[in-house]
Amino acid sequence: MNAAAALIQPQVPEQVLTALQGVVDPEIPVLTIEDLGILRDVRMAGDEVVVTITPTYVGCPAMVEIRENIEKALGEAGVEAFRVETSLSPAWTTDWMSEAGRRKLLEYGIAPPSPRSVACPQCGSEDTRLISEFGSTACKSLHQCNACLEPFDHFKCH
Amino acid sequence: MNDTSKFALALGDDALTMGQRLSEWISHGPFLEEDIALANVALDFMGRARMFLSYAGELEGEGRSEDDLAFLRDTREFTNLLMFELPIGDFGQTIARQYLVDAFEAPYFEALCNSKDETIAAIAAKVVKECRYHLRRSRDWVIRLGDGTEESHQRMQDGIYEMWPYVAELFEMPEYETRLAEQGIAVDRDVLRAGWEKEVMATLAEATLSAPQDGHAIRGGREGVHTEHLGFLLSDLQFMQRAYPGLEW
Ligand SMILES: [Zn+2]
Repeated sequence: MNAAAALIQPQVPEQVLTALQGVVDPEIPVLTIEDLGILRDVRMAGDEVVVTITPTYVGCPAMVEIRENIEKALGEAGVEAFRVETSLSPAWTTDWMSEAGRRKLLEYGIAPPSPRSVACPQCGSEDTRLISEFGSTACKSLHQCNACLEPFDHFKCH
Repeated sequence: MNDTSKFALALGDDALTMGQRLSEWISHGPFLEEDIALANVALDFMGRARMFLSYAGELEGEGRSEDDLAFLRDTREFTNLLMFELPIGDFGQTIARQYLVDAFEAPYFEALCNSKDETIAAIAAKVVKECRYHLRRSRDWVIRLGDGTEESHQRMQDGIYEMWPYVAELFEMPEYETRLAEQGIAVDRDVLRAGWEKEVMATLAEATLSAPQDGHAIRGGREGVHTEHLGFLLSDLQFMQRAYPGLEW
């Protein structure tokens, strides 16, 4: 699962990394772009910082905002020369989500990606059913717990 | 435009017209979850359209962006397959189209992941994951509506009949696409036909629906010869850019 981690060149200044660690997914604000595995690569090209991100879903509307938030965070951290690039290959997968990210999702009330039974984030029961392939955003499906009856989102395996 | 650029444009136009049609359902879905599902599938197609159109413009090298290609071309310049531009009709017709297209696209984009063009392969690798659950969802609907009430069965059957003459075009290739397939950049569509028929026949049987006879085929999309419906679709899609050229959000 550690193909997940972003490649960070050692020459990249600390302030850049701190700034990037503060960039979160606008739709699931407990997850940073690092937790999600969207952040792929941070390197220096001369004096310029090059940040590479990868889209989750092809139509993910949050990508524009994520890019803008990265630019804003780097600007606020006083980084002068930077650019944000997007790479499509290899294609993002939920396997790249970090352990910390999965834990944070669960605490937030969203079941982390699971290929088999989806456990209820409220009571932990595995007796749950799929209500719809699509939940509140493109990356989630909607489920209900048969034990505590609570409906909940599941971050789809992708 | 070179062959690969035309190919990317055609796939982009397919995705754009389908995305636009599906988005017409927003706030008109049969119930809330389905409304959201239709919007999400529309979003997937729009995302795909953006990637293919951007790439088509990049290869063309004349500075046309994805927006220029989407908003500033006229009907004869669109090369989407005809099935994608047809009106949404009722829910049965929307699901019929979706299923027939999804059943083609899941294996198609899987094969396209091996394209020798790196960008096409990368886009296909993203798209194929979405195609798989699109297919799961539309297949479920065909079965549920076909094997449902008398009315849902009839509407589903009508939808399948309505779409059937447009199926042949899914498996046809213009000359540039045949050349690209020979170079390993595109995929030979005809090879996928047997698998498609097997999938669709099994689903129709389970849904207690009858498969139409192959009769006359309606074609022309890849050559820019469209049904009257595309003009109406584009007038919705392009209105703002035509009325206020250069408008930005
Ligand atoms: Zn529960």
